[in-house]
Amino acid sequence: MASTTPEAPIIEGRGLHAYYGASHILHGVNLAVGRGETLGLLGRNGMGKTTLIRTLVGLLPPRSGTVRVDGRDMSGAPPHRIARLGIAYVPEGRGIFPNLSVRENLVMAARPGRRGEWNFARVLQAFPALAERLGHGGAQLSGGEQQMLTIARALMTNPELLILDEATEGLAPRISRDIWAIVGAIRASGIATIIVDKNHAAVTAASERCVLLVKGRVVFEGASAQLRAQPEVLRRHLGV
Amino acid sequence: MDYLIQILNGVQYGLLLFLLASGLTLIFGIMGVINLAHGSFYMVGAYLALWLTRLTGSLWLALPLGVLAAVALGALLEWALIRRLYARDHLYQVLLTFGLILVFEELRSLLFGNDVHGVPIPPALNFSIPLTETLSYPVYRLFISGVCLALAAAMYLVIRKTRLGMMVRAGNSNREMAQVLGVDIPLVFTFVFALGVALAAFAGMIAAPVSSVFPGMGNQILIICFVVVVIGGIGSITGAMVAALLIGIADTLGKVLLPQFSGMAVYLLMAVVLIWRPRGLFQAT
Repeated sequence: MASTTPEAPIIEGRGLHAYYGASHILHGVNLAVGRGETLGLLGRNGMGKTTLIRTLVGLLPPRSGTVRVDGRDMSGAPPHRIARLGIAYVPEGRGIFPNLSVRENLVMAARPGRRGEWNFARVLQAFPALAERLGHGGAQLSGGEQQMLTIARALMTNPELLILDEATEGLAPRISRDIWAIVGAIRASGIATIIVDKNHAAVTAASERCVLLVKGRVVFEGASAQLRAQPEVLRRHLGV
Repeated sequence: MDYLIQILNGVQYGLLLFLLASGLTLIFGIMGVINLAHGSFYMVGAYLALWLTRLTGSLWLALPLGVLAAVALGALLEWALIRRLYARDHLYQVLLTFGLILVFEELRSLLFGNDVHGVPIPPALNFSIPLTETLSYPVYRLFISGVCLALAAAMYLVIRKTRLGMMVRAGNSNREMAQVLGVDIPLVFTFVFALGVALAAFAGMIAAPVSSVFPGMGNQILIICFVVVVIGGIGSITGAMVAALLIGIADTLGKVLLPQFSGMAVYLLMAVVLIWRPRGLFQAT
């Protein structure tokens, strides 16, 4: 087993090319997230954000290029092995288990033996709404509660990196604000995050660094403050 | 009182069917694999009981040894063959598992010949308890029912109450999500397949003393198992239990009440259920 160097990024993709069937989606993407860092991933629909994430977490093996987690080469490794190195993914569309209760959704994700502050009690403290619904089936929750549950479930794994893909999609503004507050708390607890969201202002405000994807290529990579200072870049690539 | 005996027989047959059908429904519901060879594993169990009872002189020793052999066989087949076909169309799985039926039948013929064999009922259970002055019921059949119920309860507890069960159910509803949460889905699939094979083989083993051991016994029961799975609702263990009992009782009573239509009772029941509930009694959970 390769030794882990403390300064190695928690996740790093290099020269990633990925395909869906015959369509070439990622064209040599480089991306790295340091420990405790918050990275915003921006781009219009269909530019390859979700494909990039799926490649990083092992759901889509890259055609070429490497994925390193904590310094170890995990290119083409099955998703559960990448997950067990501390990578948690909250996918777009949430993906709760509707046939499991709220409690079971949380408990099944716990990884005994892995150290960290997030356990069942701590998660319920952070998401009091879920505490009142432990016995409910996952499908009986509102959209906002389902989103809370997927984030809470990801935290149960005590991740080093949490990837949030469109976590506020389709939620009422008030619920979105709650979600952003939770993202802030997760960030403060030292967990690195990759945030994908339509609300680019919120992303640049919440992140230290941003990566902008256009047609499967990185067109901007730099400090979020720098991106905020260049509205023309956002306008050109995001149409805002 | 005659009916009481028939109903007891029906329940016993139904519970035995449940052991088979629960494995079949789990393998299809969770892994998406149509396992035509499931009946063969029932047959393998019966012949294991025959061989191991001859070898050890006792069904009590044959049962645990046979279960171990069946788990190993199931895990090996999943790892060596079935695993390669998850991403393929169901047709490939049907072809592979149909091929397995032929392989198991041929092996059976080579190893044990084509005669009908019997496995003796263990002496400790080889008696009947009187129900009335004229009727009595064999204890071994009650033993079969009791063991099947105990296994059903154990399965319920594992699937409903343990982390392993949660992972199995999670994998059933959203495989990718379970994987990114760290669940080793290939390992869960090996476990589910081996469990299904072991349940089918165990059913064959405990049934051997009452059903005898004969060529083609697996194919006969496979059809009925698929009927149970379809009536119960694909992927549902509860459904498999209810449907297996319905089929067991309908088949047994059908033979008594309408002997001229006895072969049809089961299929009539299926037709009626599917008209009423096209997706079976219990949708998969």
